[in-house]
Amino acid sequence: MSEAGTLDPARDTASDTRTTSARRRFAVSGSTFLLGLILPVSTALAYEAAFRLGLVQARLLPPPSKILVTLWDLARSGELATHVGATTLRVLLGFGLGSLAGMLLGALTGSSPTARRLLDPTLQALRAIPSLAWVPLFILWLGIFENSKIALIATGVFFPVYLGVMAAIANVDRKIVEVGRAFRLSRSAMARRVLLPAILPDFVVALRSGLGLGFMFVVAAEIMGASEGLGYLLVDGQQLGKPDQILAAIIAFAILGKFGDWLLVAGSKPFLSWQDSHSRIS
Amino acid sequence: MLILDKLSKTYPNGMHALSDVSLDVATGEIVALIGGSGCGKTTLLRLVSGLEAPTSGTVSVDGEKISAPHPAVGIVFQEPRLLPWLTVAQNIGFGLDHLPKSERDARVDEALLRVGLSGYGPRWPRELSGGQAQRAAIVRALVARPKALLLDEPFSALDALTRASLQDHLLGLWDAHRPTLVLVTHDVEEAVALADRVIVLQPKPGRIFAEIRVDLPRPRDRLSHDFAEAEREVLAALDGSLTPQQPAKTGKAQAAGWW
Ligand SMILES: Nc1ncnc2c1ncn2[C@@H]1O[C@H](COP(=O)(O)OP(=O)(O)O)[C@@H](O)[C@H]1O
Ligand SMILES: [Mg+2]
Repeated sequence: MSEAGTLDPARDTASDTRTTSARRRFAVSGSTFLLGLILPVSTALAYEAAFRLGLVQARLLPPPSKILVTLWDLARSGELATHVGATTLRVLLGFGLGSLAGMLLGALTGSSPTARRLLDPTLQALRAIPSLAWVPLFILWLGIFENSKIALIATGVFFPVYLGVMAAIANVDRKIVEVGRAFRLSRSAMARRVLLPAILPDFVVALRSGLGLGFMFVVAAEIMGASEGLGYLLVDGQQLGKPDQILAAIIAFAILGKFGDWLLVAGSKPFLSWQDSHSRIS
Repeated sequence: MLILDKLSKTYPNGMHALSDVSLDVATGEIVALIGGSGCGKTTLLRLVSGLEAPTSGTVSVDGEKISAPHPAVGIVFQEPRLLPWLTVAQNIGFGLDHLPKSERDARVDEALLRVGLSGYGPRWPRELSGGQAQRAAIVRALVARPKALLLDEPFSALDALTRASLQDHLLGLWDAHRPTLVLVTHDVEEAVALADRVIVLQPKPGRIFAEIRVDLPRPRDRLSHDFAEAEREVLAALDGSLTPQQPAKTGKAQAAGWW
């Protein structure tokens, strides 16, 4: 009758359930993926069919087959790789700088009430400025080439990461922190062994929204003047009246953004397997 | 070995939670603190553990004053408070970072075995039942071999059967190294089953109302006449502590004389 009665061959059942549940999760994620494809693929097929049947005028909205051909041509000529590479590099640099700054300042204001009172009002005021309003200043200061673009992207990434990290640290459960105190952890051990793992789930969410904004601002930066990048492809398509090229660039953006987000999720997953949430968001 | 000298605590919001609590606990003794809710039991343990500073008075362990968490004093909270991102084994070894890995693993394995959790080491805390989690929390504090262990209503969230079995587990663990135990409870049976001495607290402000020695030999038979007698005595004192006009009494003899 005692609690200890539940002992049995615990280790075997544990590893058993783990492999089967891993297999099941894999199957589930596969079918979820297919489920997510139903809407876009069926829409594309329906439009393609309407086009073939002559039901729609395709001058402004080319059929999916034409967009795919354009994408394929861009890919074959190596142009697509150049543009994707340029955009990716800008996002990476801007995201790296912005999230690093957001992380550091968020950690500071999240853990020290004094720093929060000192810095947070200013940062919140800066956050209220639409990031695009900085563009003229960045161009004046940093020139029209890469630096101003990366500064703009970093600015966009900074705020969600800063806010997320600050809130996550400030909200770490006092009860858990007390366990660390009771075992006399030093400040650095407390940060490494308690605070960091405690904020990791929120931190990943903050990075994901940061990356999303990074992609938003790379478009803005490239539309305002660039000789390569997916944003340039958009503007070029507009000026030459090639909607298929615009849509090809949009699709490339969608795939690139989704892939970056997936990388963040997949990269953090091994560290978050302990989570006890009713359904994990991915 | 554990000496509380005129401990008082007033919280910043003006709440006078404890007033002049003095207590002397011998090495290896098991003391139960019992009292109605809000009479300062948790506050008392937090002061003794060094997690909170007293407004006045001192706590000392073997003559050493406690002003911050001290290696000689371990604490088990009302909730297990296992770290969800560590496995059960890592949780139990959480306070053993200073030891070589082999020593740490040996202590953790022994602890898992002792509380009937062998095989659960690689699992996540979320996979444990409430009673299992609380056992892990108790050994997490004990593997660091504190001289004194404080427990704040450690079994209050569990059902009666689990509670009785965990009380036996606790006595078994205590027997291995015989640390001093200070156990907060609101359960009279638990106090009598475990303690050498039961301290009854009185609320507003929290202070010691009565002290009852339980001289029953271990293992204690919960169904025996003497056990019931001791329970009745604690219950009577508890009743008195909740009636504000009753004057405070200390000591068994005095209490008996009053009645
Ligand atoms: N951090 C705190 N700040 C202010 N008041 C507190 C705090 N902790 C406890 N108290 C108050 O002190 C009194 C004693 O609380 P506590 O020690 O938790 O009692 P118990 O554990 O006996 O139920 C209660 O009235 C409670 O409201
Ligand atoms: Mg309490």
